[in-house]
Amino acid sequence: MSEPRFPEEPLFVSAELTLRYRYGAGSEAAHYLEGLKERMAFEGTHCPKCERVYLPPRPVCGICYVGCDGWLPVGPEGTITGATVVEVPFVDPITGEQRPVPYGFAFILLDGASTNIFHFVDETDRRKLGVGMRVRPRFRAERTGSITDVEGFDLIREEGP
Amino acid sequence: MPDVAIVGTGQTDHKSRRDDVNIPELAREAVDRALADAGVTFAEIDAVCFGNMDLFEGLAENEHWLASTFGAEGKPLLKFNTGGTVGTSTTMGAYYLLKAGFYGRILAVGFEKQAEGNSQGAITTVGDPIWERPMMAGAIGNHAVMASTYVADSGVTEEQAAKVAVKARRNACLNPHAHLKLPDITVEQVLESKMLAYPLRTLDMCPTSNGACAMVMAGDGHAQKLAARPAWIAAVASAHDQSFQGDSPKRMSEMRSLIAVRERLYAKMGITDPVSQLDVAEIYEPQSYAELAMCENLLFCEKGGGGRFIDAGTPLIDGELPVNPSGGVLSTNPIGATAMIRVAEAAMQVMGRAGDHQVKPDVQTALATGYGGNAWSDALILTARQPSR
Repeated sequence: MSEPRFPEEPLFVSAELTLRYRYGAGSEAAHYLEGLKERMAFEGTHCPKCERVYLPPRPVCGICYVGCDGWLPVGPEGTITGATVVEVPFVDPITGEQRPVPYGFAFILLDGASTNIFHFVDETDRRKLGVGMRVRPRFRAERTGSITDVEGFDLIREEGP
Repeated sequence: MPDVAIVGTGQTDHKSRRDDVNIPELAREAVDRALADAGVTFAEIDAVCFGNMDLFEGLAENEHWLASTFGAEGKPLLKFNTGGTVGTSTTMGAYYLLKAGFYGRILAVGFEKQAEGNSQGAITTVGDPIWERPMMAGAIGNHAVMASTYVADSGVTEEQAAKVAVKARRNACLNPHAHLKLPDITVEQVLESKMLAYPLRTLDMCPTSNGACAMVMAGDGHAQKLAARPAWIAAVASAHDQSFQGDSPKRMSEMRSLIAVRERLYAKMGITDPVSQLDVAEIYEPQSYAELAMCENLLFCEKGGGGRFIDAGTPLIDGELPVNPSGGVLSTNPIGATAMIRVAEAAMQVMGRAGDHQVKPDVQTALATGYGGNAWSDALILTARQPSR
């Protein structure tokens, strides 16, 4: 019986996975994405009990456990509730490529909504980006009925004298 | 229902690379240390609970080829697949089984070999594919935005957050298992480290670690035979928030899931003044600002008082309530093990086995938390006193 021999350099085995998925979007998404595409409109679902307006829209209020009773327009402008300038590379979940840095990134409370969404913001100077600032959406000219029909949000900057 | 205790813990010496071992060998190091600490063999273990996220190392159903590593042949082997909380989910799963009286002794294990995995790739799939994923900016971008909200609410300064980063890496020097040990680190060095996403700099963030943690847990009757001073699990709580990342109005600044578990734990334990009633806390702080926000949410200080809390030195290892004397997540983050390390470190303090980072000889009450994004908090209270006696 021979003794086991260990290599001087660790041995590695490489593996690469490419997995494809196709997700059902649900009925709220169908209504909402049509609004984005056709009317450049944001809409949230309304809880009849607590009066919250949910974005992303959903069929049930998770706080009251009752069904939402319809749609209300929200936005298109909103207020930043948290913001940063991302300077570290991160793989774009859609393209699989590293997203160019720096880019502005913020949580936004659209006017009339009770919950935040997050999106890109057109500002890469962190001193010019902060909580409480106002933003408006920038829609793509060619819209496909996707959440990415909104390219990002622009800061509503004070007009100069 | 029987009381349940932690009677032995084991950790690897966590590092940025462990090319000398494969994943089962890495996990086995912690398992062997935990069994030795409890003075038991695999023959005396009734069941195994382990935690790991499939996508991080790209290994589905790894319970099959890890069964031997855990001595699980012929025994129940339960896998937990939650996210950042996986270490506390696994601990609490084992606790529920012991509490229900199904088993007498359970081995709990968590591990992560990030150098062989694709943590960032896995994290891209955390967001809802329709509503969130296209705009995600990774763990760092998300944490930076949360920190910005907390800064706006509390007025915490970069210097105050940097003090948390310094505390962690200095405490780590007292912990043989910790990964990032920086004995001479200063606030200035933290402030001069590379900006990742404002306000988070490199030294404000946790490292990427490889490591494992294991614990032997036992029910009443077994626990007293295996440890002179078991760490009894006196209370556990777990809470989720709503579905989407933007649902919680203030996110980390007023972390609803953590507030929910705090309220339940403190009510059960009769805790009204945690700074005087807890002896030590091991909380899951993924970045420096988060520790201060979590200390506020856990009522270690008043709302908006996180900065003054660290300025006063209260959470230092020799302070009134040491927070993360192990060096915390800021010093060691093998994700699948990270939350279990919080519990194991809290248990070591209660058992008097924390060595150079033991905060005092007689730790009566310790708190441990797990963090799964803002959406999920776990927390446990460990005591030296047996709960039902």
